[in-house]
Amino acid sequence: MTTNNDTERLSAALVTGGSRGLGRAMGLELAKRGRPVVLVARDAGPLGQVVAEIRARGGRAHGIAADVADKDAVTAIVGRAAALVGTIDLLVNNASTLGPVPLRLLLDTDCEDLERALQVNLVGPFRLAKALAGPMVLRGRGAIVNISSDAAVEAYPRWGAYGASKAALDHLGRIWAAELEGTGVRVWMVDPGEMNTRMHADALPDADVRSLVDPARVAERIATLVEGGGTGGRVAVRLDGDQGGEGNRTTDGGAP
Amino acid sequence: MRAAQSYPARRDDVRLLVVDVPAASVRESRTTQLPALLSPGDLLIVNDAATLPASLRGRTAAGEPVEARLIAEDLERGAGHFWAVLFGAGDWRQRTEDRPPPPAVVSGDRLQLGQLDAEVVALSPLSRRLVALRFANGSDGPDAVWAALYREGRVVQYSYLAHELPLWAVQTVYAGRPWAFEMPSAGRPLSWEILLGLRDRGVRWASLTHAAGLSSTGDAALDAALPLPERFEIPPATVAAIAATRRGGGRVIAVGTTVVRALEGRAAAAPDGVLCAGGGVTDLRLGPEHRRRVVDGILSGIHTSAESHFALLGAFAPLELLEAAERTAEARDFTSHELGDAMLILARRASPAGTVVSAGPNG
Repeated sequence: MTTNNDTERLSAALVTGGSRGLGRAMGLELAKRGRPVVLVARDAGPLGQVVAEIRARGGRAHGIAADVADKDAVTAIVGRAAALVGTIDLLVNNASTLGPVPLRLLLDTDCEDLERALQVNLVGPFRLAKALAGPMVLRGRGAIVNISSDAAVEAYPRWGAYGASKAALDHLGRIWAAELEGTGVRVWMVDPGEMNTRMHADALPDADVRSLVDPARVAERIATLVEGGGTGGRVAVRLDGDQGGEGNRTTDGGAP
Repeated sequence: MRAAQSYPARRDDVRLLVVDVPAASVRESRTTQLPALLSPGDLLIVNDAATLPASLRGRTAAGEPVEARLIAEDLERGAGHFWAVLFGAGDWRQRTEDRPPPPAVVSGDRLQLGQLDAEVVALSPLSRRLVALRFANGSDGPDAVWAALYREGRVVQYSYLAHELPLWAVQTVYAGRPWAFEMPSAGRPLSWEILLGLRDRGVRWASLTHAAGLSSTGDAALDAALPLPERFEIPPATVAAIAATRRGGGRVIAVGTTVVRALEGRAAAAPDGVLCAGGGVTDLRLGPEHRRRVVDGILSGIHTSAESHFALLGAFAPLELLEAAERTAEARDFTSHELGDAMLILARRASPAGTVVSAGPNG
């Protein structure tokens, strides 16, 4: 019998926060590797530019302008994506919000801003994972990548809403991994390190950009990781900024 | 029998009528007991089609109200083309047969469906309500059509429901590509608790995709012609799983008639009756006279002898046993229809002559 059909060869990826930074870089990298990609972002303008950029390079890309925190949008996002690219075997939950910048102390953080961070950074990724992991389990293969942060581990002052949401996302990922063990669906939590992105500039405007990493290099690492034979877990990507050498260390994704 | 008017508190915990054909018995269980009701080596096959928001409301160029319910993609005309059933004034709270007929349309007419522009490009000889539509956004490519469909469309509703169903409520837990125009509802009671429980018991599962159409059109002649030919795709892994199940002496259990239609239609259309992986369109009509080649049992909703669906189940059980099951369901107050209770028919084995051999995807 034939085991290699089109669905297998061309399994697609859905990447949130796809209009800039790491999400855009993931879209470009995955498309370069031959995957059709669906990028989700709130602003149709910048999103359309990334889609056009990927198509100009010969890749297959589609954009869906939507807010991952919108409860009513999730079923439509995955439905539209599957209508356009068929089977989706990779979800990259990359979209996230810092909340208002400059970052505030918890004592000065509005409850609504914490709620918004949890909706975008935790609940949205859960809803998308729930909608996409089902068909992945049915087919016995797939991967979910949640983009995390060292703020999920370290208690940095002023990073309360973001850090708490990312810590919760990490833990949710560990439980996903435990429940999906043996199904063929792998779950990764990736701390990408400090990248030269708008989000980083928003959070730390005084940072020396020469110390920051091009998100394209991080995207390449993540794509290689997911397409390799690993079983999932938490990974901290640590590339040196500017022209320096690079390293990569994997941290324990299992026991607390 | 009562139609279930709202979603059960837990999707996977409803009453289950088990019809055992070789034992000629009918007994009551629950869907949560499915892992215990099947045997190691059995294979459960589901339809993984997600459900589209297939109902579009709007007006004709003359300003008359119209609802278009998509029933199938128009594969001959390509992207942006669908077959649709038109309804007149009123809404889903009225039974389809009580709705006023749609305004008469001819080829070339335009329908304004919210922000979606549709052109009538053909009329079906089956019914004046059945038309081929081209979405004007189609010239912008499939992205624009799907975006508009998901923005403007609502889920096809049922008049017996207490509340309007949102899009998420008509998806199975394994829904993938959005090929279905109404929910493949036999799979509604399946949760991952049940599916992983089946796996732990040694029951395997597999999937196919089948473009379930509409169940009711408001036109008796068109209703009698349902289901229209429907598109399906059977993956090689599913054919391999069926072959392995046959070799091991297990049973192939279909979740819903769409799965039966895809598998039996594919096998019946093959010159040698051999099931191969691949995609196609089937016009198979199931009934007591159908000789099954692949499927040994079915999980479905509860159907009464007044429904056309009842005859389909005749492919699995003799009429007297189905009638006994109906009496039991009535006496014990089972609920019917899309959100209701469930039935598992364990039939006699499919014909041994229908040997299954896996082959290439287009074999």
